[in-house]
Parts: sequence; C-alpha cells; structure tokens
Amino acid sequence: MELYLSGKYRALVVRVAGELDHHAAAGIKESVDREMARTGAVNIAFDLGAVTFMDSSGIGMIMGRSKITSALGGRVIVYGASDNIKRIISMSGLNRLVTVAESLEDGLKEAVCNV
Amino acid sequence: MYKNSMRLEFPASSDNERFARTVAAAFILELDPTVDQLSEIKTAVSEAVTNSIIHGYDNEYGSVTMEGSIFDDTVEFVISDDGAGISDIRRAREPLFTGKPEMERSGMGFTIMEAFMDSVEVESEVGKGTRVTMSKRISG
Repeated sequence: MELYLSGKYRALVVRVAGELDHHAAAGIKESVDREMARTGAVNIAFDLGAVTFMDSSGIGMIMGRSKITSALGGRVIVYGASDNIKRIISMSGLNRLVTVAESLEDGLKEAVCNV
Repeated sequence: MYKNSMRLEFPASSDNERFARTVAAAFILELDPTVDQLSEIKTAVSEAVTNSIIHGYDNEYGSVTMEGSIFDDTVEFVISDDGAGISDIRRAREPLFTGKPEMERSGMGFTIMEAFMDSVEVESEVGKGTRVTMSKRISG
C-alpha cells in the first residue's frame, strides 16, 4: 500500500495492491486513519487498480472511512476498480456513499465539486 | 457421479482467509471455471471463513473447517466452526445487518454468498457453532 497527499484537494490518496480482505483491511484502516489525522486531509481517494480480490471486509473498511470524511465535510473516492469489485460495490450500496470513478482526476472533479 | 472431495482444517486467524479461498479456487480448477466463476467462489468462501473468525470466535482461538465436494459439474463447500453460533439466522442474512457495527463490518457477507452461489444453507446453534453449506454449478 502507498499513501500520498494531494495538497490541492486536501485528499489522501491510498494505492491498495493485492487482496483486500479482513486481514488486509485492518492494516489499511490503521495507516489511513493515522495519516488523515497527521496531514489534515478531508478527502480520501482509494486507488483499487492493483486490487486483485476484495470481499465485504473491504466494503466495510471503505464505509468506515466514509463516515470519517463526512464528519470532516469531505468525501471518499474509489477509482480503478475491476468489474468484479464494482459489482460488490453496487450490491452493497457503497456507490451511494462514496464517489466511484474511473480515474483520480474524474473522482476529484466530481467529489470536490459536489462537496 | 461423485468426482472429488477435500477437507481442510485451520486455526481461526485472519491470515488464513486467503489460504482457504486459494485452496477453494485450486480445488475447482478441474471444472474449468471462468475467471468470474472463480472470483465468485473465492469471494463466497472468504465471506464464510471471515464470519467464522470474526463472529464465531470473536478473533480468538478456534478452528475452522472447510470441506469441498465435486459432483459432476457442481461444487459444494461446507465451512463450519465450533464458535458462538448465530441466534437469529434470518436477521443475520439480511443485507447490511451486522452483529459487529463497531468493527466496521458491512453486513454484506451472506448477501454476497447468496448472490455468488446457487444455494446457501446456514445451520447454527448458539454456543455450539455454525455450518454454512453452499453450492454452485460450474458450466463452461
């Protein structure tokens, strides 16, 4: 996992790689929450382009981060997801809580304009 | 009719979630599944195993068993634990219901299993454990 700050949009970009299950979600959650507090970011953008597997634990982790950004007046963006991952995102209704986009630029444009 | 079977028993630790779904995927390879079918079965197995670890054993010590059977072109997986059990199975199967909201669970586990498998049966007794039986026909 890689984290970096997009200062212009006050967004923490989280590049997740590999399999996003209950085991991996715990570590991601901890790092993201720590970096949110440290950097003062209000938006989180999850790059799922290199995620090969995701189950409901990934959905739960993203839902939890969406609560945090909402409290800060920000938004969670999810981009680069494969068709299989998009399927469970819409099945769970996560697409109504977060901005689902093809790219970071599209997601930021949509989310930040709507905030 | 009967073609193959397997049985795997492992400790209820979260790093075994990947192990279990990888074994499940390897077991069904002989049925020549599509990439989507493989992904659906891995996800359903992962959900059931994660439930045993989080809800059955509350992330504490315990043992999870996965049994797989292949009958013609249909695969069946049984995931069972000797954990806490589920008091209200109907409620547990409702989309977005979670017994552990404080752990940021999405409540989508059973819904995903039902969507990705042809049938999902849940048997449970409080204090005794839970047994999830799910099957899927793999047509090439």
